[in-house]
Amino acid sequence: MTHMLEVDNITTRYGAITALHDASLEVHAGELVALVGPNGAGKTTLLNTVAGLLRPATGSVRFDGNDITGTEPARLVRAGLALVPEHRRIFKDLTVEENLRLGGSTASVADRRERLDEAAELFPVLRAKWTTSAGFLSGGEAQQLAVARALMSNPRLLLLDEPTLGLAPTMVDVVFDLLLRLRAQGRTLLVVEQNATRALGIADRGYLLRTGRVIATGTGPELAADASLFDSFIGGEA
Amino acid sequence: MTKLIQTIVDGLGVGSTYALLALGISLIFGVMHLVNFAHGELITVGAYTSYFFFLHGGSWWWMPIAIIGSAVLASVATELIAFRWVRNSSPFTLLLTSFALERLSHAFWQIAVSPKQRAFPKPAWVFNQFKIASVSFEVMDVVTIVVTALTLLLTAVIFKRTLFGISVRGAAEDFDAARLMGVRANRVISGAFAFAGVLAGVAATLILMRSPAAEPSMGSDWLLKAVIAAVIGGLGSFSGAVIGGLVLGLLETLTRAYLPEVAVGWDKFSTAIVFVLIAVFFVVRPDGIFRVSHAERV
Repeated sequence: MTHMLEVDNITTRYGAITALHDASLEVHAGELVALVGPNGAGKTTLLNTVAGLLRPATGSVRFDGNDITGTEPARLVRAGLALVPEHRRIFKDLTVEENLRLGGSTASVADRRERLDEAAELFPVLRAKWTTSAGFLSGGEAQQLAVARALMSNPRLLLLDEPTLGLAPTMVDVVFDLLLRLRAQGRTLLVVEQNATRALGIADRGYLLRTGRVIATGTGPELAADASLFDSFIGGEA
Repeated sequence: MTKLIQTIVDGLGVGSTYALLALGISLIFGVMHLVNFAHGELITVGAYTSYFFFLHGGSWWWMPIAIIGSAVLASVATELIAFRWVRNSSPFTLLLTSFALERLSHAFWQIAVSPKQRAFPKPAWVFNQFKIASVSFEVMDVVTIVVTALTLLLTAVIFKRTLFGISVRGAAEDFDAARLMGVRANRVISGAFAFAGVLAGVAATLILMRSPAAEPSMGSDWLLKAVIAAVIGGLGSFSGAVIGGLVLGLLETLTRAYLPEVAVGWDKFSTAIVFVLIAVFFVVRPDGIFRVSHAERV
């Protein structure tokens, strides 16, 4: 298996606060990898560091074997790496279509048009609200838009930060189905999830983060079954 | 009635100039949270460019292109030379940088040309009037309103339809999210400055046709009004900036026209009254007409 993403001993700080200590992980092509852990464990920091929003103090990030540590997000999108950020951060003042067009800003005009059609097909909910301001979408619709928007750049590696946060149970099902469909399409996924049991249940592999450190790794089911580890963060403080 | 119509047309004429400038200010505030106090200097640059070209046989046929071109170049240059380097600093630093640029510009024209006003010819038709049903209009007022309307229409199309426009709007709402979409920070900010330069260039052309003269500090009065207009509309709101400009223009001309003539010189108070009204407005509605929910994000 090829390493698509290699995160090697990164430490990321916000001023004096160290959010991530020497964290390492790897994602192979075609895998769905889950990143779980309590609030404040550094999961979002890790994804934001990989996506180029944050620069690590030490350590390196490699994508397809190339060093991308601290590379501007705009370049990473062009290289095939996209992030669905925490809280979705869809553009509420833009329409659904405009959100998607912006998501495909790196594609050629023809590709963008083709992917808009694909998005409309893949997300019927969005097609129904095509010219509506995204600020009027429900939580589930907004989450689908956030994923659809990231897919517009046709990423090979998609990072998702808490894609089910704040969603109704039926919408959580929709999002998990979507993750499986994306993997079936051959996309590589690295997912941060609060719904740890369920995420590990469908993941090929998982990483458990706690207070900025990777404290366990294994296949999804292994990690999910490890009750002792599990208690350490279900009942654990941040 | 006749007086009212003429006053309203006057007000829309002045207001549309404010609107063009305020839109530029709001645009730049949107993408980098900078209230650009150097924005008015683009008018000054356009004025000295005209003065220079008229010394060498310029003509109003092509002068608008020279004015707009120089304003765009100056706008992009200020970003490249100054604002880019302090982009991630506090809003206060950004504000101070723009003040510094404004002062530097004043000093530059004083030294390079002269502290005194330099006049150049105006287009022959500017103060011509025509009548529709006993109401007389100035040609220049109509030209100003029509040119502004067309410019704003074109701006709306660009913001709605083009990828550049959508990128600017997206970046104004959430800059990091726009970067995650592949929008290049440098490019969208440069583009916003260039676009603000076009708008300021059009405004400068309209201003200079009416009063064709260059003076080192001429940009500052316009700038103050434009900032007020942008704030009335809600900083960062593009349609708000336009409406704010028109409201301010109308307010000014209406108070000037209808203030009681108790004594000679009372009309001088029109500006003061406008400012008092604005102060009251901000007490009632501190976020401007259009609340921009993400404006507090810095």
